[in-house]
Amino acid sequence: MRVLLIEDEPNIIEAINFILSREGYDVVTHANGHDAMDAVRERSPDMIILDVMLPGRSGFEILEDLRADAAYAETPVLMLTARGQTRDRELAEKLGVSMFMTKPFANSEVLDAVRSLTANV
Amino acid sequence: MKDRSIGSRVRERRMAMKMRQADLASRVGISASYLNLIEHDKRRIGGKLVVDIANVLGVEATLLSEGAEATLISALREAANVTTEADPELERIDEFAARFPGWANIIRSQHQLGLKLERTVETLSDRLAHDPELAAAMHEVLSMVTAVHATAGILHENRELEPEWRARFHRNLSEDSQRLAESSQLLVNYLDGAKEAETRLASPRDELHSFLGQAAYFFPEIEDGAEVEAVIHQSELLRSKGAKFLARELLEDYAANARAMPLDDFEVAHRECDGDVAALAERFKVSLGATMRRIAFLPKGVLDQDYGLVKCDMAGTMIYRKEIKGFSLPRYSSACPRWPLFRALQQPGQPLMQVVEFAAREMEQFKCFAVSEPQGRPQFGQNTTFTATMLITPNRERLPPEGQVGAACRICSVEKCNARREPSILVDGI
Repeated sequence: MRVLLIEDEPNIIEAINFILSREGYDVVTHANGHDAMDAVRERSPDMIILDVMLPGRSGFEILEDLRADAAYAETPVLMLTARGQTRDRELAEKLGVSMFMTKPFANSEVLDAVRSLTANV
Repeated sequence: MKDRSIGSRVRERRMAMKMRQADLASRVGISASYLNLIEHDKRRIGGKLVVDIANVLGVEATLLSEGAEATLISALREAANVTTEADPELERIDEFAARFPGWANIIRSQHQLGLKLERTVETLSDRLAHDPELAAAMHEVLSMVTAVHATAGILHENRELEPEWRARFHRNLSEDSQRLAESSQLLVNYLDGAKEAETRLASPRDELHSFLGQAAYFFPEIEDGAEVEAVIHQSELLRSKGAKFLARELLEDYAANARAMPLDDFEVAHRECDGDVAALAERFKVSLGATMRRIAFLPKGVLDQDYGLVKCDMAGTMIYRKEIKGFSLPRYSSACPRWPLFRALQQPGQPLMQVVEFAAREMEQFKCFAVSEPQGRPQFGQNTTFTATMLITPNRERLPPEGQVGAACRICSVEKCNARREPSILVDGI
């Protein structure tokens, strides 16, 4: 099961990578917004963890592109944000996010989210 | 309304200024005996003479012609206009102001306080929603907390972690906690600073205008070649980044104009050209806009006329202004679309001169010179933006006006106006 993590903070990447890898997931990472869609096409993940605040392009824009592309319209996307505002959550839901999580999160929460999102894949 | 006469108000004000009748009379071009008649209400006066006397006495013409109550009444009317629940007896407003001046003044000052607070709230909520610095600081703190939290969780939950992983996560933890300490310190500093900035209730443009007002729009040190940055740095009134930015733009322009049109030469030339803006621009080989700004910012006494000025951008936002008596320039609300200033934006580069009548009690006339200039050097393939500058000076000749203009719709008495965008609060005209 391949998980693509798009996040720009190296130590958060390392922590999530570690947690998921321990559970047997194949974790691949990408650290900016500009060419995130290229990374998605190249890696063809089973699910995507997407940060909102990325250099270059926001997670919302990337999510919009994902849902517009038939190949990824159904791919589970877990969105991470440092701003838990209702507005952001609503926007993410409107754009078709599968799950939304605010930072800081507990490791077990991420793991549970990934497990439930990949259960049907 | 119980009100004393115009003559007694002139007399009272003159005596308060310790000015002799003969002095006032000669400055407005009448004989002392005629002024004496006026002061004792043996002669009626109006129009231009009231304006001239008011100018010499340094008061609004309305204060002489209508008394302090008139100003108070228009403030009361404004306060009544924003109240929806109460049903003020507007038809008895004169009686109220005359019988209870103390209470009326309280209403006025509370109304003004209310407006000021409204603005503060607006500024504050704007800051929370849109301040990028605050958003960035919060984001940094939360990112670090997330990293620390996740890393600490791994170390705690995986007691049997391999030594190399353990060492790596310990290093990450140390790095992140260091960054967290720094970013939270920054956030605290920022919030402290913000608190201080907000207590002054001033927008950058307000700061700029207190700065300009204190200097009376004249900067002798720049005339002598001082650096703009030094002047900005020394000012205690320019505190926010925004105000410094505005001041830098203005003073760089001021310095360039001072170099191109040295003070002494300009004073002589202004007299020789009889204040002709175009002739002055020609003589100093500078743009009309620069000439107007140079004229407006010279100190009182150097030129024999009063000048006001306003500069705006293509969005109609007033960048800065210099007040002139009788032609009020709104501070916060939008201006009157009929100002030649805005017409100049529609005809880029075309100079305009128009005599306008300002729709206020005295219907004073002003000569307005306006021109727009490109911002920066126009480039092929790029949209050029413009600013417009308007120079305003009292018109002594009393020509048939080429149009009426106001300050802002809310306080304008012009009845039939295509450009009106909100009703006037001056219910029964002026």
